[in-house]
Amino acid sequence: MVALVFIALPLIGIAWRTPWSSFVDQLSSPAARAALRLSFATSVVSAICTIALGTPLAWVVGRHEFPGRRLLRALITVPVVLPPVVSGVALLAVFGRTNGIVGKLLFDTFGTQLTFSPIGVIVSQTFVALPFFVLAAEGGLSSTDRRYEQLAATLGASEKYVFAGVTLRLASPALFAGLVLAWARALGEFGATITFAGNIEGRTQTLPLAVYLLLESDPSTAYALSMVMVSVAVAVLVALRGRYLRGGR
Amino acid sequence: MLQVAGIASHPNFTLDADIAIGKETVAVVGDNGTGKSTLLSLIAGLHRLDHGRVMLDDDTLDSPESRVFVAPQHRRAAMLFQQALLFPFLNVRENVAFALRRSGIAREAADAAAIAALQRLDADRLADRKVQSLSGGEAQRVAVARALVFAPRVMLLDEPLTALDRRSRADFRALLRNELRTLGIPCLIVTHDDADIDAMCAREVRLERTTGFEPATLTLAR
Repeated sequence: MVALVFIALPLIGIAWRTPWSSFVDQLSSPAARAALRLSFATSVVSAICTIALGTPLAWVVGRHEFPGRRLLRALITVPVVLPPVVSGVALLAVFGRTNGIVGKLLFDTFGTQLTFSPIGVIVSQTFVALPFFVLAAEGGLSSTDRRYEQLAATLGASEKYVFAGVTLRLASPALFAGLVLAWARALGEFGATITFAGNIEGRTQTLPLAVYLLLESDPSTAYALSMVMVSVAVAVLVALRGRYLRGGR
Repeated sequence: MLQVAGIASHPNFTLDADIAIGKETVAVVGDNGTGKSTLLSLIAGLHRLDHGRVMLDDDTLDSPESRVFVAPQHRRAAMLFQQALLFPFLNVRENVAFALRRSGIAREAADAAAIAALQRLDADRLADRKVQSLSGGEAQRVAVARALVFAPRVMLLDEPLTALDRRSRADFRALLRNELRTLGIPCLIVTHDDADIDAMCAREVRLERTTGFEPATLTLAR
């Protein structure tokens, strides 16, 4: 009971402090709008990157036996347990403009810089969100009954169709759940983003960063933005209840 | 005429088969882990021979020695399992039409053929139902329609009656007996139930586990 109050009370607190009468006005301040727009765009792109990178990985880990498979799974899980700031430091070490091995190469050859740019935000969000998608997708892919695929093949479905039209469709509740979790994690990303991409309004200042800063200068906007993120989190839970948790798979 | 003559390995056993089956229904019997399902998989193209050959009429389906292997997509081998395994993301009609759609037939024609196949099995009233809403017996009936609709060249049944309750089992057995009789193609049915064999099968193939690491062999009886 104490735990329940402990969890519920801060949420009620946000709703309590949210300036409902001027809610829309608060959200349309330049800083708030920039943060909303940036966060929405980067988290969606990160979610797409997560699917593109994560699906093949989930397929390999979920469907194949090979030496080092357990080690690989542990490696995939690392960003989940790693402090986000450390993730940001790790990304700097590789993609930093001056000190990162890959980052220096990118800057010298193409003149592109990942740090302090929206792409840097996407890189850090994808890095921390990827495991959430891969682990959920891997679970879905390894638990689907392989005989559906065999049957589809005997009924004349090409290998491509079997993968896209049967395997992925059977695993789609798990893929969807993984996607939603990854997107929510990307949206809430703070530590890795501020460490790797910095905190530039309109370029790398995402919702969580904006909330943290506005809490000093403009608390009512900070509360309004927090309320937006609470609503998103609740929407995520509802989506997962309907499509994933209830289905049992 | 279906012929399987060769050796196939599996982590738990080695299957050494030499059978020839005409337009008849043959029971495949034997203890668990002797390779009954593997034998069906060899014919469907879901498992490969190490040596030997699988022939269907004049077509070589699998022959490692001459580097021939026909993919399951091109064998027209229909399978039926203990569970109906209807695709959960398709309704009944779409499930039955699956093979026709995959072979490039237009939706309307495939749908019409699916309805006709369901009608033949007295299941056309189920056409628009979700597969999740079917009973075990209904689902298995739909699975038969899905298997029959693309004019299979061989029928492979892996304990298709085991999961059904007693009443629907008798109904379904009668339905299978009629369908297999009119099909006129080689049919193999894995079963543990003498009633199935008496009702449907002309003869039986017995798989035996031999001692040690010797291969499980096939012998014909009756």
